[in-house]
Amino acid sequence: MLELKNICFNRDGKQILDNISFAIDDNKFIVITGPNGGGKSTLAKIIMGIEKPDSGLVLLNGEDITNLSITERANKGIGFAFQQPVKFKGITVYDLINLSLGKKVKFSEACKYLSAVGLCPRDYMKREVNASLSGGELKRIEIATVVARKSGLTIFDEPEAGIDLWSFSNLIDVFSDMKDEISGSIMIISHQERILNIADNIILISNGKIKESGTRDEVLPKLLNNTKTCKFLKEDING
Amino acid sequence: MDKKLNNIEKFILKKISDIDDFPSGAFNIRENGSGIKRHTTENVNIVSKTDKQGIDIIVKEGTKNETIHIPVILTKGGLTDIVYNDFYIGKNAEVTIIAGCGIHNDSCETSEHDGIHRFFLEEGAKVKYIEKHYGQGEGTGKRILNPQTIIDLKDGSSLEMETVQIKGVDNSIRQTFGNLAKDTNLVINEKIMTHGAQFAKTEFDVVLNGENASTHVTSRSVAKDASKQEFISKVSGNTKCYGHVECDAIIMDNATVKAIPEILANNIDARLIHEAAIGKIAGEQMVKLMTLGLSEKEAENEIINGFLK
Repeated sequence: MLELKNICFNRDGKQILDNISFAIDDNKFIVITGPNGGGKSTLAKIIMGIEKPDSGLVLLNGEDITNLSITERANKGIGFAFQQPVKFKGITVYDLINLSLGKKVKFSEACKYLSAVGLCPRDYMKREVNASLSGGELKRIEIATVVARKSGLTIFDEPEAGIDLWSFSNLIDVFSDMKDEISGSIMIISHQERILNIADNIILISNGKIKESGTRDEVLPKLLNNTKTCKFLKEDING
Repeated sequence: MDKKLNNIEKFILKKISDIDDFPSGAFNIRENGSGIKRHTTENVNIVSKTDKQGIDIIVKEGTKNETIHIPVILTKGGLTDIVYNDFYIGKNAEVTIIAGCGIHNDSCETSEHDGIHRFFLEEGAKVKYIEKHYGQGEGTGKRILNPQTIIDLKDGSSLEMETVQIKGVDNSIRQTFGNLAKDTNLVINEKIMTHGAQFAKTEFDVVLNGENASTHVTSRSVAKDASKQEFISKVSGNTKCYGHVECDAIIMDNATVKAIPEILANNIDARLIHEAAIGKIAGEQMVKLMTLGLSEKEAENEIINGFLK
Protein backbone atom coordinates (compact mmCIF):
# COMPACT_ATOMS: atom_id res chain seq x y z
CA MET A 1 0.00 0.00 0.00
CA LEU A 2 1.17 3.51 -0.80
CA GLU A 3 0.30 6.36 1.51
CA LEU A 4 0.88 10.06 1.04
CA LYS A 5 0.68 12.20 4.15
CA ASN A 6 0.39 15.98 4.02
CA ILE A 7 2.50 16.43 0.89
CA CYS A 8 3.35 20.09 0.16
CA PHE A 9 5.42 21.32 -2.77
CA ASN A 10 6.20 24.94 -3.69
CA ARG A 11 8.10 26.27 -6.66
CA ASP A 12 8.81 29.88 -7.61
CA GLY A 13 6.45 31.15 -4.92
CA LYS A 14 3.58 29.00 -6.18
CA GLN A 15 1.98 26.27 -4.14
CA ILE A 16 1.92 23.31 -6.56
CA LEU A 17 0.72 20.75 -4.00
CA ASP A 18 -1.10 21.81 -0.86
CA ASN A 19 -1.32 19.24 1.89
CA ILE A 20 -2.16 16.20 -0.21
CA SER A 21 -2.99 12.99 1.63
CA PHE A 22 -4.40 9.77 0.25
CA ALA A 23 -3.70 6.05 0.12
CA ILE A 24 -3.64 3.51 -2.68
CA ASP A 25 -4.58 0.04 -1.49
CA ASP A 26 -3.02 -3.06 -2.98
CA ASN A 27 -4.37 -4.25 -6.31
CA LYS A 28 -6.31 -1.06 -6.96
CA PHE A 29 -6.58 0.91 -10.18
CA ILE A 30 -6.56 4.60 -9.38
CA VAL A 31 -6.98 7.44 -11.82
CA ILE A 32 -5.82 10.92 -10.85
CA THR A 33 -7.51 13.56 -12.92
CA GLY A 34 -7.84 17.32 -12.95
CA PRO A 35 -6.98 20.39 -14.98
CA ASN A 36 -3.55 20.94 -16.50
CA GLY A 37 -1.15 22.63 -14.11
CA GLY A 38 -3.07 21.28 -11.13
CA GLY A 39 -0.11 19.38 -9.69
CA LYS A 40 -0.83 15.82 -10.87
CA SER A 41 2.50 15.15 -12.61
CA THR A 42 4.42 16.69 -9.72
CA LEU A 43 2.62 14.31 -7.38
CA ALA A 44 3.58 11.32 -9.57
CA LYS A 45 7.20 12.49 -9.61
CA ILE A 46 7.20 12.85 -5.83
CA ILE A 47 6.02 9.25 -5.47
CA MET A 48 8.81 8.05 -7.79
CA GLY A 49 11.43 10.24 -6.06
CA ILE A 50 12.12 12.40 -9.11
CA GLU A 51 10.99 15.42 -7.07
CA LYS A 52 11.31 15.85 -3.30
CA PRO A 53 8.39 17.30 -1.36
CA ASP A 54 8.97 20.36 0.84
CA SER A 55 7.09 18.58 3.60
CA GLY A 56 5.01 15.48 4.13
CA LEU A 57 5.66 11.74 3.99
CA VAL A 58 5.59 9.04 1.35
CA LEU A 59 5.05 5.58 2.83
CA LEU A 60 5.27 2.31 0.93
CA ASN A 61 3.90 -0.69 2.77
CA GLY A 62 4.35 1.24 6.02
CA GLU A 63 8.01 2.17 5.32
CA ASP A 64 8.93 5.84 5.06
CA ILE A 65 10.50 6.21 1.60
CA THR A 66 10.39 10.02 1.48
CA ASN A 67 14.17 10.31 1.42
CA LEU A 68 14.97 7.29 -0.70
CA SER A 69 16.48 7.67 -4.16
CA ILE A 70 14.72 6.88 -7.44
CA THR A 71 16.74 3.65 -7.76
CA GLU A 72 15.83 2.53 -4.24
CA ARG A 73 12.15 3.17 -4.87
CA ALA A 74 12.29 1.33 -8.19
CA ASN A 75 13.84 -1.65 -6.44
CA LYS A 76 11.14 -1.54 -3.78
CA GLY A 77 8.50 -1.91 -6.44
CA ILE A 78 7.51 1.45 -7.90
CA GLY A 79 7.37 1.78 -11.68
CA PHE A 80 6.96 4.98 -13.67
CA ALA A 81 5.94 5.65 -17.27
CA PHE A 82 6.94 9.12 -18.42
CA GLN A 83 4.51 11.50 -20.05
CA GLN A 84 7.25 12.39 -22.54
CA PRO A 85 9.21 9.18 -23.16
CA VAL A 86 12.95 9.65 -22.90
CA LYS A 87 14.99 9.15 -26.07
CA PHE A 88 18.46 7.61 -26.21
CA LYS A 89 21.26 7.27 -28.71
CA GLY A 90 22.39 3.73 -29.37
CA ILE A 91 20.14 2.01 -26.81
CA THR A 92 17.73 -0.30 -28.63
CA VAL A 93 14.21 -1.33 -27.69
CA TYR A 94 15.60 -4.80 -26.84
CA ASP A 95 18.28 -3.23 -24.60
CA LEU A 96 15.67 -1.19 -22.78
CA ILE A 97 13.42 -4.20 -22.18
CA ASN A 98 16.41 -6.11 -20.78
CA LEU A 99 17.26 -3.20 -18.51
CA SER A 100 13.63 -3.09 -17.34
CA LEU A 101 13.68 -6.78 -16.52
CA GLY A 102 17.07 -6.46 -14.81
CA LYS A 103 18.48 -9.36 -16.86
CA LYS A 104 19.17 -10.29 -20.43
CA VAL A 105 16.32 -12.36 -21.77
CA LYS A 106 15.92 -14.22 -25.03
CA PHE A 107 14.61 -12.27 -27.96
CA SER A 108 11.43 -14.35 -27.97
CA GLU A 109 10.79 -13.56 -24.30
CA ALA A 110 11.27 -9.82 -24.86
CA CYS A 111 8.89 -9.92 -27.84
CA LYS A 112 5.81 -10.53 -25.75
CA TYR A 113 6.14 -7.16 -24.03
CA LEU A 114 6.09 -5.36 -27.36
CA SER A 115 3.25 -7.45 -28.73
CA ALA A 116 1.23 -6.53 -25.64
CA VAL A 117 1.38 -2.84 -26.60
CA GLY A 118 0.47 -3.53 -30.21
CA LEU A 119 3.93 -3.27 -31.74
CA CYS A 120 5.30 -5.95 -34.04
CA PRO A 121 8.49 -7.06 -32.24
CA ARG A 122 10.27 -7.96 -35.48
CA ASP A 123 10.00 -4.36 -36.67
CA TYR A 124 11.01 -2.68 -33.46
CA MET A 125 13.27 -4.83 -31.30
CA LYS A 126 16.54 -3.76 -32.91
CA ARG A 127 15.60 -0.13 -33.39
CA GLU A 128 17.18 2.57 -31.30
CA VAL A 129 14.91 4.36 -28.85
CA ASN A 130 15.51 7.66 -30.59
CA ALA A 131 13.75 10.40 -32.51
CA SER A 132 13.29 8.16 -35.57
CA LEU A 133 10.35 6.62 -33.70
CA SER A 134 7.03 8.44 -33.68
CA GLY A 135 5.48 9.83 -30.50
CA GLY A 136 2.96 6.96 -30.41
CA GLU A 137 5.66 4.33 -30.93
CA LEU A 138 7.83 5.82 -28.19
CA LYS A 139 4.86 5.94 -25.87
CA ARG A 140 4.01 2.30 -26.43
CA ILE A 141 7.66 1.27 -25.94
CA GLU A 142 7.71 3.33 -22.74
CA ILE A 143 4.62 1.51 -21.50
CA ALA A 144 6.07 -1.89 -22.51
CA THR A 145 9.23 -1.23 -20.46
CA VAL A 146 7.19 -0.30 -17.42
CA VAL A 147 4.72 -3.18 -17.74
CA ALA A 148 7.69 -5.59 -18.03
CA ARG A 149 8.83 -4.63 -14.53
CA LYS A 150 5.63 -5.95 -12.90
CA SER A 151 6.02 -3.40 -10.12
CA GLY A 152 3.88 -3.43 -6.99
CA LEU A 153 2.78 0.10 -7.92
CA THR A 154 2.97 1.31 -11.50
CA ILE A 155 2.44 5.00 -12.26
CA PHE A 156 1.50 6.20 -15.76
CA ASP A 157 1.74 9.94 -16.33
CA GLU A 158 -0.79 10.87 -19.00
CA PRO A 159 -0.37 7.80 -21.19
CA GLU A 160 -2.72 9.30 -23.75
CA ALA A 161 -0.60 12.43 -24.28
CA GLY A 162 0.90 12.68 -27.75
CA ILE A 163 -0.59 9.55 -29.25
CA ASP A 164 -3.12 9.03 -32.01
CA LEU A 165 -6.60 7.68 -31.45
CA TRP A 166 -5.76 4.27 -32.90
CA SER A 167 -2.85 3.83 -30.50
CA PHE A 168 -5.00 5.11 -27.67
CA SER A 169 -7.58 2.39 -28.29
CA ASN A 170 -4.83 -0.19 -27.96
CA LEU A 171 -3.61 1.40 -24.77
CA ILE A 172 -7.01 1.05 -23.15
CA ASP A 173 -6.76 -2.69 -23.88
CA VAL A 174 -3.30 -2.78 -22.29
CA PHE A 175 -4.61 -1.16 -19.11
CA SER A 176 -7.68 -3.38 -19.05
CA ASP A 177 -5.43 -6.45 -19.39
CA MET A 178 -3.13 -5.15 -16.67
CA LYS A 179 -6.14 -4.65 -14.46
CA ASP A 180 -7.39 -8.19 -15.12
CA GLU A 181 -4.02 -9.75 -14.45
CA ILE A 182 -3.14 -7.32 -11.72
CA SER A 183 -0.39 -8.22 -9.32
CA GLY A 184 -0.08 -4.73 -7.89
CA SER A 185 -1.63 -1.29 -8.00
CA ILE A 186 -1.88 1.02 -10.96
CA MET A 187 -2.04 4.79 -10.75
CA ILE A 188 -2.79 6.63 -13.97
CA ILE A 189 -2.86 10.36 -14.49
CA SER A 190 -5.41 10.98 -17.18
CA HIS A 191 -8.07 13.27 -18.57
CA GLN A 192 -9.68 10.57 -20.65
CA GLU A 193 -13.16 9.34 -19.84
CA ARG A 194 -12.32 5.91 -21.24
CA ILE A 195 -9.54 5.54 -18.70
CA LEU A 196 -11.73 6.96 -15.92
CA ASN A 197 -14.28 4.29 -16.90
CA ILE A 198 -11.99 1.42 -15.94
CA ALA A 199 -10.78 2.92 -12.64
CA ASP A 200 -11.60 1.49 -9.22
CA ASN A 201 -11.10 4.88 -7.60
CA ILE A 202 -10.82 8.41 -8.95
CA ILE A 203 -9.09 11.38 -7.33
CA LEU A 204 -9.65 14.89 -8.69
CA ILE A 205 -6.77 17.29 -8.07
CA SER A 206 -7.10 20.97 -8.89
CA ASN A 207 -4.94 23.89 -7.79
CA GLY A 208 -2.79 21.52 -5.75
CA LYS A 209 -5.66 20.19 -3.65
CA ILE A 210 -7.82 17.09 -3.67
CA LYS A 211 -11.28 18.24 -4.74
CA GLU A 212 -12.95 14.83 -5.05
CA SER A 213 -11.97 11.32 -4.05
CA GLY A 214 -13.89 8.06 -4.04
CA THR A 215 -14.96 5.08 -6.09
CA ARG A 216 -15.56 5.49 -9.80
CA ASP A 217 -19.31 5.26 -9.28
CA GLU A 218 -19.16 8.01 -6.70
CA VAL A 219 -16.85 10.42 -8.51
CA LEU A 220 -17.35 9.92 -12.25
CA PRO A 221 -20.99 11.08 -12.42
CA LYS A 222 -20.01 14.27 -10.60
CA LEU A 223 -17.15 14.90 -13.03
CA LEU A 224 -19.33 14.37 -16.05
CA ASN A 225 -22.42 16.20 -14.83
CA ASN A 226 -21.22 18.94 -12.60
CA THR A 227 -20.01 21.66 -14.92
CA LYS A 228 -19.32 23.88 -11.95
CA THR A 229 -16.72 21.60 -10.36
CA CYS A 230 -15.53 20.07 -13.55
CA LYS A 231 -15.51 22.57 -16.31
CA PHE A 232 -12.13 21.37 -17.59
CA LEU A 233 -13.35 17.87 -18.32
CA LYS A 234 -16.29 19.12 -20.39
CA GLU A 235 -13.85 21.22 -22.34
CA ASP A 236 -11.61 18.22 -22.93
CA ILE A 237 -14.47 16.08 -24.12
CA ASN A 238 -15.94 18.74 -26.32
CA GLY A 239 -12.56 19.83 -27.60
CA MET B 1 57.65 -15.69 -40.07
CA ASP B 2 56.10 -18.64 -38.27
CA LYS B 3 55.22 -18.51 -34.61
CA LYS B 4 52.56 -19.26 -32.04
CA LEU B 5 50.77 -16.43 -30.28
CA ASN B 6 51.13 -15.94 -26.54
CA ASN B 7 48.23 -14.92 -24.28
CA ILE B 8 48.90 -11.16 -24.37
CA GLU B 9 49.09 -11.25 -28.16
CA LYS B 10 45.91 -13.28 -28.38
CA PHE B 11 44.12 -10.89 -26.01
CA ILE B 12 45.14 -7.82 -27.99
CA LEU B 13 44.21 -9.48 -31.28
CA LYS B 14 40.78 -10.25 -29.87
CA LYS B 15 40.39 -6.62 -28.81
CA ILE B 16 41.31 -5.12 -32.16
CA SER B 17 40.19 -7.71 -34.69
CA ASP B 18 37.82 -10.03 -32.85
CA ILE B 19 40.09 -12.99 -33.53
CA ASP B 20 42.27 -14.75 -30.98
CA ASP B 21 44.34 -16.83 -33.33
CA PHE B 22 45.38 -16.86 -36.94
CA PRO B 23 42.23 -16.38 -38.98
CA SER B 24 41.14 -18.22 -42.06
CA GLY B 25 41.39 -16.17 -45.23
CA ALA B 26 44.06 -13.65 -46.11
CA PHE B 27 45.92 -11.97 -43.26
CA ASN B 28 49.15 -10.30 -42.26
CA ILE B 29 50.01 -9.91 -38.59
CA ARG B 30 52.71 -7.44 -37.68
CA GLU B 31 54.35 -7.31 -34.26
CA ASN B 32 56.95 -4.88 -32.98
CA GLY B 33 57.96 -3.63 -36.37
CA SER B 34 57.99 -6.80 -38.45
CA GLY B 35 55.55 -9.26 -39.97
CA ILE B 36 55.11 -12.45 -37.94
CA LYS B 37 52.72 -14.39 -40.11
CA ARG B 38 51.02 -13.96 -43.47
CA HIS B 39 48.53 -15.88 -45.53
CA THR B 40 47.25 -15.15 -48.99
CA THR B 41 44.37 -16.58 -51.02
CA GLU B 42 43.65 -17.09 -54.67
CA ASN B 43 42.01 -13.68 -54.84
CA VAL B 44 43.96 -11.71 -52.26
CA ASN B 45 47.69 -11.26 -52.52
CA ILE B 46 49.83 -9.57 -49.88
CA VAL B 47 53.29 -8.35 -50.87
CA SER B 48 55.94 -6.63 -48.75
CA LYS B 49 57.06 -3.23 -49.90
CA THR B 50 60.66 -3.00 -50.92
CA ASP B 51 61.26 0.72 -50.48
CA LYS B 52 59.73 1.17 -47.02
CA GLN B 53 57.98 -0.66 -44.19
CA GLY B 54 54.58 -2.01 -45.14
CA ILE B 55 52.62 -4.17 -47.50
CA ASP B 56 50.53 -4.01 -50.65
CA ILE B 57 47.23 -5.82 -50.47
CA ILE B 58 45.96 -6.64 -53.91
CA VAL B 59 42.39 -7.86 -54.32
CA LYS B 60 41.45 -9.36 -57.69
CA GLU B 61 38.63 -8.00 -59.77
CA GLY B 62 35.26 -9.56 -58.93
CA THR B 63 36.36 -11.07 -55.58
CA LYS B 64 33.32 -11.61 -53.36
CA ASN B 65 32.84 -11.95 -49.61
CA GLU B 66 36.44 -12.32 -48.49
CA THR B 67 37.70 -10.97 -45.18
CA ILE B 68 41.26 -9.70 -44.84
CA HIS B 69 42.88 -9.21 -41.43
CA ILE B 70 45.90 -6.95 -41.06
CA PRO B 71 46.35 -6.27 -37.33
CA VAL B 72 49.39 -4.68 -35.72
CA ILE B 73 50.57 -5.48 -32.20
CA LEU B 74 53.12 -3.55 -30.19
CA THR B 75 54.30 -5.24 -26.99
CA LYS B 76 57.62 -3.44 -26.53
CA GLY B 77 58.21 0.03 -25.17
CA GLY B 78 60.51 2.51 -26.84
CA LEU B 79 59.42 1.50 -30.33
CA THR B 80 58.11 3.80 -33.05
CA ASP B 81 56.62 1.74 -35.83
CA ILE B 82 55.70 3.54 -39.04
CA VAL B 83 54.04 1.38 -41.64
CA TYR B 84 52.64 2.05 -45.11
CA ASN B 85 49.90 -0.28 -46.29
CA ASP B 86 48.30 0.14 -49.71
CA PHE B 87 45.07 -1.60 -50.69
CA TYR B 88 44.34 -2.11 -54.36
CA ILE B 89 40.77 -3.29 -54.75
CA GLY B 90 39.86 -4.59 -58.21
CA LYS B 91 36.71 -3.82 -60.19
CA ASN B 92 33.46 -4.95 -58.55
CA ALA B 93 35.31 -6.73 -55.73
CA GLU B 94 33.51 -6.84 -52.37
CA VAL B 95 35.67 -7.38 -49.31
CA THR B 96 35.86 -6.69 -45.60
CA ILE B 97 39.18 -5.48 -44.24
CA ILE B 98 39.85 -5.60 -40.52
CA ALA B 99 42.84 -3.58 -39.40
CA GLY B 100 43.74 -1.96 -36.13
CA CYS B 101 46.54 -1.61 -33.68
CA GLY B 102 46.85 -2.80 -30.11
CA ILE B 103 49.62 -1.67 -27.82
CA HIS B 104 50.62 -3.48 -24.65
CA ASN B 105 53.21 -1.29 -23.00
CA ASP B 106 54.51 -2.31 -19.56
CA SER B 107 57.62 -0.18 -19.88
CA CYS B 108 58.26 3.44 -19.08
CA GLU B 109 59.14 4.24 -22.66
CA THR B 110 56.76 5.41 -25.32
CA SER B 111 55.29 3.00 -27.87
CA GLU B 112 54.07 4.55 -31.08
CA HIS B 113 52.45 3.17 -34.18
CA ASP B 114 51.73 5.34 -37.19
CA GLY B 115 49.80 3.42 -39.80
CA ILE B 116 49.35 5.05 -43.18
CA HIS B 117 46.70 3.22 -45.13
CA ARG B 118 45.84 4.08 -48.72
CA PHE B 119 42.82 2.62 -50.45
CA PHE B 120 42.46 2.56 -54.22
CA LEU B 121 39.04 1.27 -55.22
CA GLU B 122 38.39 0.50 -58.88
CA GLU B 123 34.96 0.93 -60.48
CA GLY B 124 32.13 -0.74 -58.63
CA ALA B 125 34.29 -2.06 -55.76
CA LYS B 126 32.82 -2.23 -52.26
CA VAL B 127 34.88 -2.27 -49.09
CA LYS B 128 33.96 -2.46 -45.45
CA TYR B 129 36.96 -1.32 -43.46
CA ILE B 130 37.05 -1.82 -39.70
CA GLU B 131 39.83 -0.26 -37.68
CA LYS B 132 40.12 -0.59 -33.91
CA HIS B 133 42.68 0.95 -31.63
CA TYR B 134 43.41 -0.23 -28.14
CA GLY B 135 46.10 0.27 -25.54
CA GLN B 136 46.93 -1.47 -22.27
CA GLY B 137 49.83 -2.08 -19.91
CA GLU B 138 51.04 -1.07 -16.47
CA GLY B 139 54.03 1.00 -17.51
CA THR B 140 54.24 4.77 -17.49
CA GLY B 141 55.34 4.78 -21.13
CA LYS B 142 52.88 6.51 -23.40
CA ARG B 143 50.84 4.66 -25.99
CA ILE B 144 50.58 6.73 -29.13
CA LEU B 145 48.67 5.91 -32.31
CA ASN B 146 48.47 8.12 -35.36
CA PRO B 147 46.46 6.42 -38.09
CA GLN B 148 46.16 8.02 -41.48
CA THR B 149 43.68 6.78 -44.06
CA ILE B 150 43.65 7.98 -47.64
CA ILE B 151 40.72 6.86 -49.74
CA ASP B 152 40.44 7.14 -53.49
CA LEU B 153 37.09 6.04 -54.88
CA LYS B 154 36.65 5.49 -58.62
CA ASP B 155 33.23 5.63 -60.31
CA GLY B 156 30.50 3.59 -58.64
CA SER B 157 32.66 2.32 -55.77
CA SER B 158 31.93 2.63 -52.07
CA LEU B 159 33.74 2.32 -48.78
CA GLU B 160 32.32 2.05 -45.31
CA MET B 161 34.80 2.72 -42.55
CA GLU B 162 34.31 1.96 -38.90
CA THR B 163 36.97 3.36 -36.62
CA VAL B 164 36.99 2.74 -32.91
CA GLN B 165 39.30 3.90 -30.14
CA ILE B 166 37.84 2.99 -26.81
CA LYS B 167 40.57 2.74 -24.22
CA GLY B 168 44.15 3.12 -23.29
CA VAL B 169 45.51 5.32 -26.06
CA ASP B 170 47.29 8.35 -24.61
CA ASN B 171 47.67 10.35 -27.74
CA SER B 172 46.19 9.99 -31.17
CA ILE B 173 45.87 12.06 -34.27
CA ARG B 174 43.58 10.38 -36.75
CA GLN B 175 43.49 11.76 -40.26
CA THR B 176 41.20 10.58 -43.02
CA PHE B 177 41.22 11.93 -46.54
CA GLY B 178 38.69 11.03 -49.19
CA ASN B 179 38.60 11.76 -52.92
CA LEU B 180 35.29 10.70 -54.43
CA ALA B 181 34.49 10.24 -58.13
CA LYS B 182 31.08 9.82 -59.80
CA ASP B 183 28.36 7.75 -58.07
CA THR B 184 30.55 6.88 -55.11
CA ASN B 185 29.70 6.65 -51.45
CA LEU B 186 31.92 7.02 -48.40
CA VAL B 187 30.49 6.28 -44.96
CA ILE B 188 32.64 6.84 -41.90
CA ASN B 189 31.57 5.93 -38.38
CA GLU B 190 33.96 6.96 -35.66
CA LYS B 191 33.74 6.10 -31.97
CA ILE B 192 36.15 7.44 -29.43
CA MET B 193 36.39 7.38 -25.67
CA THR B 194 39.17 9.18 -23.86
CA HIS B 195 39.92 9.32 -20.16
CA GLY B 196 42.65 10.45 -17.76
CA ALA B 197 44.85 13.01 -19.51
CA GLN B 198 44.47 11.52 -23.00
CA PHE B 199 44.28 13.54 -26.17
CA ALA B 200 42.53 12.49 -29.36
CA LYS B 201 42.30 14.54 -32.50
CA THR B 202 40.32 13.58 -35.54
CA GLU B 203 40.54 15.22 -38.91
CA PHE B 204 38.35 14.39 -41.87
CA ASP B 205 38.85 15.93 -45.26
CA VAL B 206 36.54 14.65 -47.96
CA VAL B 207 36.33 16.08 -51.45
CA LEU B 208 33.27 15.25 -53.53
CA ASN B 209 34.49 15.55 -57.10
CA GLY B 210 32.15 13.32 -59.09
CA GLU B 211 28.48 13.79 -59.80
CA ASN B 212 26.23 12.04 -57.26
CA ALA B 213 29.12 11.37 -54.91
CA SER B 214 28.00 11.22 -51.32
CA THR B 215 29.53 10.97 -47.89
CA HIS B 216 28.16 10.50 -44.41
CA VAL B 217 30.56 11.01 -41.52
CA THR B 218 29.38 10.25 -38.00
CA SER B 219 31.54 10.78 -34.97
CA ARG B 220 30.39 9.79 -31.49
CA SER B 221 32.74 10.39 -28.64
CA VAL B 222 32.89 10.42 -24.88
CA ALA B 223 35.48 12.53 -23.10
CA LYS B 224 36.04 11.72 -19.42
CA ASP B 225 38.27 13.02 -16.63
CA ALA B 226 40.72 15.67 -17.91
CA SER B 227 40.97 14.30 -21.44
CA LYS B 228 40.84 16.47 -24.52
CA GLN B 229 39.32 15.85 -27.92
CA GLU B 230 39.29 17.75 -31.16
CA PHE B 231 37.12 17.02 -34.17
CA ILE B 232 37.83 18.77 -37.43
CA SER B 233 35.81 17.97 -40.49
CA LYS B 234 36.05 19.43 -43.94
CA VAL B 235 33.75 18.43 -46.76
CA SER B 236 34.00 20.11 -50.14
CA GLY B 237 31.40 19.65 -52.86
CA ASN B 238 32.58 20.43 -56.38
CA THR B 239 29.56 19.14 -58.28
CA LYS B 240 26.06 17.77 -57.67
CA CYS B 241 26.74 15.80 -54.52
CA TYR B 242 25.67 15.21 -50.93
CA GLY B 243 27.67 15.42 -47.73
CA HIS B 244 26.52 15.00 -44.16
CA VAL B 245 28.74 15.27 -41.09
CA GLU B 246 27.50 14.59 -37.59
CA CYS B 247 29.64 15.11 -34.52
CA ASP B 248 28.07 14.12 -31.25
CA ALA B 249 30.07 14.22 -28.03
CA ILE B 250 29.32 13.49 -24.39
CA ILE B 251 31.50 15.51 -22.09
CA MET B 252 32.14 14.51 -18.48
CA ASP B 253 34.17 15.66 -15.50
CA ASN B 254 36.81 18.21 -16.55
CA ALA B 255 37.19 17.10 -20.14
CA THR B 256 37.18 19.43 -23.13
CA VAL B 257 35.81 18.79 -26.61
CA LYS B 258 36.24 21.05 -29.58
CA ALA B 259 34.40 20.59 -32.88
CA ILE B 260 35.40 22.59 -35.93
CA PRO B 261 33.17 22.14 -38.94
CA GLU B 262 33.97 23.30 -42.43
CA ILE B 263 31.74 22.69 -45.40
CA LEU B 264 32.54 24.19 -48.72
CA ALA B 265 30.13 24.19 -51.66
CA ASN B 266 31.74 25.03 -54.99
CA ASN B 267 28.67 24.12 -57.00
CA ILE B 268 25.02 25.17 -56.79
CA ASP B 269 23.92 21.51 -56.64
CA ALA B 270 26.21 20.58 -53.77
CA ARG B 271 24.16 19.83 -50.66
CA LEU B 272 26.25 19.80 -47.51
CA ILE B 273 25.16 19.51 -43.90
CA HIS B 274 27.12 19.69 -40.69
CA GLU B 275 25.69 18.94 -37.28
CA ALA B 276 27.67 19.17 -34.07
CA ALA B 277 26.45 18.66 -30.53
CA ILE B 278 28.49 18.57 -27.34
CA GLY B 279 26.90 18.16 -23.95
CA LYS B 280 26.77 16.21 -20.74
CA ILE B 281 24.60 13.10 -20.33
CA ALA B 282 20.96 14.18 -20.41
CA GLY B 283 19.51 14.18 -16.89
CA GLU B 284 16.26 12.69 -18.10
CA GLN B 285 18.10 9.67 -19.55
CA MET B 286 19.66 9.03 -16.14
CA VAL B 287 16.29 9.40 -14.42
CA LYS B 288 14.59 7.00 -16.84
CA LEU B 289 17.18 4.28 -16.25
CA MET B 290 17.09 4.84 -12.50
CA THR B 291 13.31 4.31 -12.56
CA LEU B 292 14.16 0.89 -14.03
CA GLY B 293 16.25 0.14 -10.93
CA LEU B 294 19.73 1.08 -12.15
CA SER B 295 22.09 2.98 -9.86
CA GLU B 296 23.44 6.33 -11.03
CA LYS B 297 26.76 4.72 -12.05
CA GLU B 298 25.04 1.82 -13.84
CA ALA B 299 22.76 4.24 -15.70
CA GLU B 300 25.78 6.32 -16.79
CA ASN B 301 27.58 3.21 -18.06
CA GLU B 302 24.56 2.01 -20.01
CA ILE B 303 24.11 5.42 -21.64
CA ILE B 304 27.78 5.62 -22.64
CA ASN B 305 27.95 2.00 -23.83
CA GLY B 306 24.82 2.52 -25.90
CA PHE B 307 26.14 5.79 -27.31
CA LEU B 308 29.41 4.17 -28.38
CA LYS B 309 27.89 0.88 -29.52
